[in-house]
Amino acid sequence: MDVIGVALWVMVAGYMGGAGLALMAPSPRAVRVITGIGAVVGSAAGLAAALTVLATHRPFEAVLPNLAATTGGVAIRLDLLGALFLALVAAVSLPAAIYGIAYTAAYDGRRSLRAFGLMFNGFLLGMSLVPSAGNVFTFLLAWELMAVTSYFLVLTENEHSDTREAGLWYAAMTHFGFVLLVPMFLMMAPGADATTFADLRAGAAGLSPAARNGVFLLAVVAFGSKAGLVPLHVWLPRAHPAAPSHVSALMSGAMIKLGIYGLMRVTIDLLGTGPEWWGGVVLVAGSLTALVGVLYALAENDLKRLLAYSSVENIGVIALGIGAGLVLQSYGLHSLALVGFGAALLHSVNHACFKGLLFLATGNVVHRAHTRNMEHMGGLIKGMPQTAAFFLIGSAAAAALPPLNGFASEWMVFQALLSGAQIPRPEIAIGTPLAVGVLALTSGLAAACFVKAFGISFLALPRSDAAARAREVHWSTRAMMAVLALGCVVLGLEAPRALGHMYRIVDSLSPFPGAAPPSPATSGTGVWLLSPNGIARASPLLIACLLTLVVMVVAIAIRARGLAVRPADTWGCGRIRQTPRMEYTSSAFAEPLRRIFSELYRPTEDLSVIVHPESPYFVRSITYTSQVVPWLERALYDPVIRGVRTLATYVRRLQAGSVHLYLLYIAGALAVAFVSAWWAE
Amino acid sequence: MLLFSKIWRTGVVTEVLEAGDPASVEVGHALEQRIKRLLGRALAIRHVDAGSCNGCEIEIAGLTSPIYDMERFGLHFVASPRHADLLMVTGPVTRNMEIPLRRTYEATPAPKFVVAVGDCAKTCGVFKNGYGVVGPVERVIPVDVSIAGCPPEPSDILRGILQALDRAQAR
Amino acid sequence: MTRYLVLAGQTLVAVALAPALAGFIRWLKARLQGRRGAPPWQPYFDVRKLFGKEAVVSHTASWIFKATPFLVFGTTVVVASLVPVVVAQVSPFVVGDLFAAVYLLLLGTFFLALAGLDTGSPFGGMGASREMTVVALTEPTVALSIVALALNAGSTSFSQIVAHTLTQPSAALGPGHLLAFAALFIVTLAETGRLPVDNPSTHLELTMIHEAMVLEYSGPYLALIEWGAALKLLVFLTLAANLFMPWGIALSLAPMALLIGLVSVIAKLGVLAAAIAVLETRVAKLRLFRVPELLSVSFVLALLAVMSTFLAR
Repeated sequence: MDVIGVALWVMVAGYMGGAGLALMAPSPRAVRVITGIGAVVGSAAGLAAALTVLATHRPFEAVLPNLAATTGGVAIRLDLLGALFLALVAAVSLPAAIYGIAYTAAYDGRRSLRAFGLMFNGFLLGMSLVPSAGNVFTFLLAWELMAVTSYFLVLTENEHSDTREAGLWYAAMTHFGFVLLVPMFLMMAPGADATTFADLRAGAAGLSPAARNGVFLLAVVAFGSKAGLVPLHVWLPRAHPAAPSHVSALMSGAMIKLGIYGLMRVTIDLLGTGPEWWGGVVLVAGSLTALVGVLYALAENDLKRLLAYSSVENIGVIALGIGAGLVLQSYGLHSLALVGFGAALLHSVNHACFKGLLFLATGNVVHRAHTRNMEHMGGLIKGMPQTAAFFLIGSAAAAALPPLNGFASEWMVFQALLSGAQIPRPEIAIGTPLAVGVLALTSGLAAACFVKAFGISFLALPRSDAAARAREVHWSTRAMMAVLALGCVVLGLEAPRALGHMYRIVDSLSPFPGAAPPSPATSGTGVWLLSPNGIARASPLLIACLLTLVVMVVAIAIRARGLAVRPADTWGCGRIRQTPRMEYTSSAFAEPLRRIFSELYRPTEDLSVIVHPESPYFVRSITYTSQVVPWLERALYDPVIRGVRTLATYVRRLQAGSVHLYLLYIAGALAVAFVSAWWAE
Repeated sequence: MLLFSKIWRTGVVTEVLEAGDPASVEVGHALEQRIKRLLGRALAIRHVDAGSCNGCEIEIAGLTSPIYDMERFGLHFVASPRHADLLMVTGPVTRNMEIPLRRTYEATPAPKFVVAVGDCAKTCGVFKNGYGVVGPVERVIPVDVSIAGCPPEPSDILRGILQALDRAQAR
Repeated sequence: MTRYLVLAGQTLVAVALAPALAGFIRWLKARLQGRRGAPPWQPYFDVRKLFGKEAVVSHTASWIFKATPFLVFGTTVVVASLVPVVVAQVSPFVVGDLFAAVYLLLLGTFFLALAGLDTGSPFGGMGASREMTVVALTEPTVALSIVALALNAGSTSFSQIVAHTLTQPSAALGPGHLLAFAALFIVTLAETGRLPVDNPSTHLELTMIHEAMVLEYSGPYLALIEWGAALKLLVFLTLAANLFMPWGIALSLAPMALLIGLVSVIAKLGVLAAAIAVLETRVAKLRLFRVPELLSVSFVLALLAVMSTFLAR
């Protein structure tokens, strides 16, 4: 067995060992450490396997036919696309696992760390097996393992009612996706015995166009619900804040990308080229997702929910890249489509990096401030300077600011959308500038959102005692954030090289048999990000160098001239005191945008004025409450929930409580079984 | 269009600043030479109303009008004492404005100087010994130039500032 | 080697001219108000004075407050090096295209907004909130104007766009170009804090957008920010001038061509600055919640520019 096989076995052993030994460990500290070590071993091995595949360009295959033989056995196939996502999962889980060792110390004695360790390692195992799966059974098994374990992880702090509700939504949405995945795979499979992905690929060639469209739509809905495409995103802003922070980092960074992986695997690899409306559907879904995500992120005061909505926004950006690629591919513009898919993959990796960083930093913040509400934070940069610096790097990357990684991938998505102008049909091509406009708006709003997230939480004066007393957390947490922050910087500066790898990965998929003509964009990149026609270029590395040069020259010039700095109080128009209540709040910061987009937000407003009983002219108190409620969710999901409830109420009549009735049911069922068995003969 | 034809017909109406009554301006502390050199051509003024009746304010507002046009000498008003070089104070300092005035002075970066405009700022004027008054501006923050008058003419105020900066020949 | 020198020289010319541009607009407005006004080179005196003052920094501010002026100035200088000021083609040493320029300016605004929040002053927070709102709403218009230009020229690279307009002068009068120019002009007013979006000389904090964020700055920090703001104005106006009306721009590195390029860009900037001064004299500032209406007008103009470009192909 070669290196990759060994590495994969070590990975499985690491995760299962971590899970099993965590159940048996003697003390809470031992449980935490074993959980962490198991996860680290597994992630490191998974990362090694994935990187080996990526470096050598040789897919790895292995089959365990005797495991669950009737379903085709467990088949592992790690090709380039799968290896990328396995590397992504492992690269996020490695720092998250080490972070978790110190972070879960807060749960000592209060929660079952053993169950947590079991579920954590199971979750990582599931996430690692999804991209490595080579047949339908393995894929679905890993998918369900991932879903079930993450459900329990989300419910870690289940004394809060909204955590329990979050778990319910999460379980419902993820199984909704699963329920759609099964018929999707079955539609593609040419026969009961042939369920490996290679068979599916061959079978897809023989499907009727209606069947292909059906598979595509099921894939978009099923994988879209896992990735978080609007309107199937509703579980994301509930589940991600409820889970412990490093689990949120994994869910936002790695798990939703597996939805993207599934979508790319099924639409690009298995189905091959499709009609242009496929790309149109994904583009529209992506635009909607990006806008809705960032708008609700802006209106949020809960820091973790803000980050969850920001993940929704970034999934929208990735979907825009995929949509552009699909549309271009349907017109045979393969080299342009390559750019779209490459940009989407690069953004997936970049988002995993900076969102993981942001969630880990938020974990520290929430731990010290004892709240997720930004309105009670503030001034944390003084007490937690390193966490603040890492959060700033993550925020700048999320706002797509050069020279960090978010900028590079958004730039590429812009160029991919722009190349849509080369589509021969103008009425289709005009959609791409609209997508560019939406992406630009999202980008600007995301910058505003992260100014709010960082500025209100970390800057100015602390708005609560807990925030005032906040100090740094254990060094291992900061070390892990440093690793991810370094990743953001390196991925930003070396974006052209990373992009070149993404192009090679996309090129290895079936519609791109390597025969696509090499464009200037995809050959020999160096320090330049190139547009598809090679003319427009940007270099994050050179931008960083030039910016640093200018800043240093100016700083030295000013220092040389002499800079006298005198500390004083903030200018407050001469009033006596500067208190935290005078600072701008999170709601206030977002208020202009809330007003401008009030038609989309439809905020509820409640104003109650209590007057003195003896005279209506003396006001005792005025209470104003305004809430941004996701009305789209209400409009779409409430009827469904009500319908299901009504149906359930009817069905409940079957449970009359009488034993005699139940015996009648059993007898009836047996009768039907005998009759049908006799009939079948 | 009507606006622009009116602008064309009106033209530039700024009057030449003539030498006036030297008694109206009293330079208490002469500024150091380096400060005069630094602030001589570009001076940012922050106005503080320390309890004035607003008579001086109307004259000060006249400074920005086309007739007196203080901008031609490089002077302009700013919104925050952090941006200011000169604090222009009017009014007898009332009890409520004592601390804000002091804080404004502390908020202004060095090098800075203070001009007290009007009789109230110089000697409390008609409000002398009033129950709500702390005293002239000199009592609260150091004053470099005092300009007498109730209210002083904008040209006197301009002359006072320019004299402090040794730009008395400025036209 | 000459290319490096010319590129550096072009950037330095832009940096050096920026205060004069702001001063010229101020002087012209003064003349239109019937005053003599400060001479057009007054901002140089202002900046020189500010470098000689001390900087007062609030207790509540962190390192972000002190780092922001350098970042704002630095990013604007880098953008000035990308923009074709005097010479059209100095690539391959231009580090980015139009999108990179937009995001670099966004980097400066991001930190300026953070610095506004840093001091804990409500004015700073208000300025930060308003500025990010305006910037977010101008982004789609900027992107679509770029798209309109890039569709014609085939790329978002500055030199390509300039070259395309020079080779096809009739395109410069096409509806796509004109609409995109109008959209970009409105965006310039919004991004650089000019009337009717923001009044650069207001003292009323509740009417401020950009000024409110810098109320706490003093001394050399303020000098850098003011200079950076003037440079941003120059960059936007140079984009408007040289992308849409590139005649006179140097196409080679010959000294005569460079001289003509310099003179022509100064002339074009003068015309655009005069237009801004006249506009600022004529209109009043819009209240904040009317600004999105203006920005959506510019968005529609940009969208129409893109659509007409498609239809014209």
